[in-house]
Amino acid sequence: MTTSKRIVLRFPKEKIDQPIVYKLIKDYDLSFNILRANIMPDDEGLMVLELTGEDANIKKGLDYLKKQEVNVQPLEKDIVVNWDKCTQCGACVAQCPVGALYIKDRKTMKVEFDPEKCIACELCVLPCPPRAIEVKF
Amino acid sequence: MVKTLNEINEKIKKGQAVVVSKEELLDLIEKQGIEKTARDVDVVTTATFGPMCSSSAYINTGHTRPKIKLGGGRATLNGVPVYTGFAAVDISIGATAMPDDDPRNAVHPGEFKYGGGHVIEELVAGKDVALEATAYGTDCYPRKELKTWINLKDVNEAVLFNPRNAYQNYNVAVNLSDRTLYTYLGVLKPNLGNANYCSAGQLSPLLNDPFYKTIGIGTKIFLGGGIGYVAWQGTQHNPGGLRGENGVPKRPLGTLAVIGDLKQMSSKWLKGVSFVGYGTTLSVGIGIPIPILSEETLKYAAVKDADIYAAIVDYSDAYPNGKTDIVGEVNYAQLKSGEIEIKGKKVPTSGISSYSKAQEIAEILKSWIKKGDFTLTDTVAPLPSAESGYKLKPLNERPIK
Repeated sequence: MTTSKRIVLRFPKEKIDQPIVYKLIKDYDLSFNILRANIMPDDEGLMVLELTGEDANIKKGLDYLKKQEVNVQPLEKDIVVNWDKCTQCGACVAQCPVGALYIKDRKTMKVEFDPEKCIACELCVLPCPPRAIEVKF
Repeated sequence: MVKTLNEINEKIKKGQAVVVSKEELLDLIEKQGIEKTARDVDVVTTATFGPMCSSSAYINTGHTRPKIKLGGGRATLNGVPVYTGFAAVDISIGATAMPDDDPRNAVHPGEFKYGGGHVIEELVAGKDVALEATAYGTDCYPRKELKTWINLKDVNEAVLFNPRNAYQNYNVAVNLSDRTLYTYLGVLKPNLGNANYCSAGQLSPLLNDPFYKTIGIGTKIFLGGGIGYVAWQGTQHNPGGLRGENGVPKRPLGTLAVIGDLKQMSSKWLKGVSFVGYGTTLSVGIGIPIPILSEETLKYAAVKDADIYAAIVDYSDAYPNGKTDIVGEVNYAQLKSGEIEIKGKKVPTSGISSYSKAQEIAEILKSWIKKGDFTLTDTVAPLPSAESGYKLKPLNERPIK
């Protein structure tokens, strides 16, 4: 069955100049969309990918990455809304390009977050006045 | 039908007053009409929660041994400069003050992580705050340096004093240019990418009393989680500006200066906030009860989001250059739907003021009044009225050569 999975990859310093992710296409028959790619301040490489393919191949692809000493984490865990800090103003709603932050009930005007839709673009983080949105990579 | 404030207060003290929040009032009017509702209901609670930059707290720290004169010297709280233009140990923290070494917009847009608003929130939350000061020394106040932790519970007076709060309506901000703008109304995406508004709309206190017939100097209010009072008209009060049907302001008109005891307030309703590319400020929760003294009072307090219009203003050119042209007008029902149409384009909207928190405050104030703990005050003096000629003026520059 074909599915999509969003993952956050961390490449150790020694690996950042090695081509690794191309093998996901070549050897594991997966396609991917690069949502983000950075070299972090400590020379660690960071990549956020949406992988698409057969379930079994995705599993094999992830195992391959782990064998290459790439740290793999699912994306959903990484953008967190601190609901204690959130003042429910809705400033984030028009900033989110994918509708992961939204107001469903227009009577209560409460802000909701759907981590499944989030692509971790971080466009919501600085516009939030109480800085209630945390990026935990 | 006319009720007096005294009658209503007597009912409140006996726990018999009929108190409803503004939203409950709208349901009642729909079910049973204005006349019956005006007879049945004694008080309606209105509220708002949003960033209000002209906010501050003044504190008397208490004297040290030997004594120090902060007045005329320099002092900071958690690195944020406080105003020291008062007597020896009176200081004032402004919501938008920031540490001297905050880079501000040196690399635009700056993050503006910490400022006076955050200091006020931390004090109210009961945290220790670092007071560091230098003074020039006098015979009576010989000490020249002070570094001490202070806490809200230990200081003498701690008073929230906000020169301008609770704006009666505000602009809707859009961006007609092709680069992102960073403003006090949030981040504005290019080419009408979004429209940001900042008002509690039908819940907003002054929009429920458009001609300031019940709200005035001396009105007792919910302020920051505790009790406060309207102290004066707020800065930029502009009662004579554009109004629509039923006197509902179509532009930002009236404002309030409010005051209250910081020690009884809560960090849930006084929050330090940061506006990227703009600055820091304080979000303030205010609730104001309106006594239903007559059908006329009720007709004003029956205003709905769909009746309240605001001006859509371009913040790339018109606003910064003081131009009065507007892009259009839109009402709060349209804004709260999440999308409006401007020049044929569908534009997503975002609030900056929290309608959900305003609903909470209206409920809290309602419960205080129903319990009999909170009676309404009569005003001691009115706010300048729409007919008074009181007007907001620009600064006409006379350059100093």
